[in-house]
Amino acid sequence: MPPLTDDKIKFLTEKAADIRSSIIHMLILAKSGHTAGPLDMADILTYLYFHALKHDPKTPSWPYRDRLVLSNGHICPVLYATLAHAGYFPMETLKTLRTFGSILQGHPHRDFLPTLETSSGPLGSGLSQTVGMALADRMDHGRSSGKQFYCLMSDGELNAGNSWEGAMLAGKEKIQNLTVIVDRNNIQIDGFTEDIMPLNPLTDKWRAWNWHVQEADGHNFRDIDRVIGEARAVFDKPSVIIVHTIAAKGIPEFERKFEWHGKPPGTPQEIETALKALDDIRTMGGKVASPHHN
Amino acid sequence: MLNNSIKLNPKLFDADVEQIPIRKGFGEGLLRAAELDTRVVGLCADLTESTQMHLFKQRFPERFIEIGVAEQNLATVASGMAAMGKIPFISSYAVFSPGRNWEQIRTTIAYNNVPVKIVGSHAGVSVGPDGGSHQALEDMAIMRVIPRMVVISPCDAIAAKKATLAAALTASPTYIRLAREKTPIITTEETPFEIGKAEMFWRSKNSPLKKGLSQGRSEGRGIFPSVGIIATGALLYRAILVAKRLDSEGKYVTVVNLSTIKPLDEEAILKLAREMGAIVTVEEHQIYGGMGSTVAEYLAKHFPVPIEFIGVNDRFGQSGKPDELIEFYGMGEKDIYNAAHRVMLRK
Repeated sequence: MPPLTDDKIKFLTEKAADIRSSIIHMLILAKSGHTAGPLDMADILTYLYFHALKHDPKTPSWPYRDRLVLSNGHICPVLYATLAHAGYFPMETLKTLRTFGSILQGHPHRDFLPTLETSSGPLGSGLSQTVGMALADRMDHGRSSGKQFYCLMSDGELNAGNSWEGAMLAGKEKIQNLTVIVDRNNIQIDGFTEDIMPLNPLTDKWRAWNWHVQEADGHNFRDIDRVIGEARAVFDKPSVIIVHTIAAKGIPEFERKFEWHGKPPGTPQEIETALKALDDIRTMGGKVASPHHN
Repeated sequence: MLNNSIKLNPKLFDADVEQIPIRKGFGEGLLRAAELDTRVVGLCADLTESTQMHLFKQRFPERFIEIGVAEQNLATVASGMAAMGKIPFISSYAVFSPGRNWEQIRTTIAYNNVPVKIVGSHAGVSVGPDGGSHQALEDMAIMRVIPRMVVISPCDAIAAKKATLAAALTASPTYIRLAREKTPIITTEETPFEIGKAEMFWRSKNSPLKKGLSQGRSEGRGIFPSVGIIATGALLYRAILVAKRLDSEGKYVTVVNLSTIKPLDEEAILKLAREMGAIVTVEEHQIYGGMGSTVAEYLAKHFPVPIEFIGVNDRFGQSGKPDELIEFYGMGEKDIYNAAHRVMLRK
């Protein structure tokens, strides 16, 4: 990975703002979908696709690419927006989210968008699939294939037993080129995670399955860079990074509220609130002109 | 008489007919498939010897993954390996896989369209003393309803070996159903096996054509007592014994081995229904949703004929000896024989 310079951080910050803007516009058009998760993972996806991942938008099936599995498929608007901004398909396509025949299905489906590593949506299965990919890769190339395997998960999906079955196997097999990123936004559809099904002490759980455990601020690129770098340096264990995020990050009125987990801005007032908030991000509250006004 | 052209076991009607568990054929087939193709890998959920995957594990330990008692992980890890170009075989008892991990099979294997081969052993009440919890009677129903899934239920160990080798060569998600106990060897190495193809195993000498009794839009719709028996799995042996008896009574009987439940060999089923005019389906599975349902769905639309269904009638199994359980649950020779007579009366 290249060093994370100040210029690069500025670039990533602007890119993340653009991606958040795309997400909101997509959701408003689609009139359904999830808001909180896509917004709070925008910085992570931006960092991965524009700094960390080895990938080639011109050759999506490049066999030596790093693999990124989106286990919590419902946050796909952020993945779709990031892929579009990275050049995998035209930005115009984002307007088709959740419509008939679109490559951008409500939850990711490889039949429609082969660039995806997996189809996903039903929670709790992505980690095991990533473990399987890494194991297959190790059979073919040993421990030094040069590929990194990333799995993005939500905290809510850690309710599912399948998640922990995958974690146990990765610990047993000491899959060192596997990094799980858990979006610790503390919300799920029915409420706050610690009310629905407590996950804490979450770091202890992963340590118990013999994982290398780190925590980071999911909205701080320098912090993200630190933990991703360390995860890649660990050679005897799989790594998990609990990224602390603010649900619906970017729209202060929506932030940290579980009500925004599973719905888009719908009423005219909600739409206005969302669009104004995004404008504020780009213009630092109106202090600077934004090149993105549209 | 037995269909000579497909070279069935000449000692089939001997009292000491050779008996081998169907699952053993899978173990040998997987070993051979792995020798032929380095992409073949094996994953098991703590039942390696029981499902006969140990033969593969001993020979190719570096291509074997022990998952432990975690069937959801079994399916999903295999999905990931298949996405990287492997051809994974996953084995467990059918109650657990595809029972416990159905949604993972649906979404991460079939919806993802990756070539994972799901091998469910210990299907049917003939599992015996382990009891109802371990006797899978719903597995074919829950697999055949998934788009893209191929469903195979071999009739003996030799067919199971061929099914395993054939499945390794396709890109389709595939379910292979196995049984625990020793069952008669019906086929030989020379008997053809093709996924999606039904084979005629028995054909009566008593053809109504010879007696000039053919009439109406189908031969079987005439007054001549004729019946087609469609069997899958080890019960095929009993179906053939019944056919022999009916034959000796002057009835016109054809027995078809339907080893692939999906995709259905529609041509063979239609031909059988046209010729015989009455059908008995025989399977060690719930009647609801199983092989008989598949046949009935097809014939109801294309060529409705009376059908009798031999299978488990909406009940769970229990402990016992395999033979006594098969009879208790209405799948013995007597039951097949009576069903054949009932269905002929309904023509």
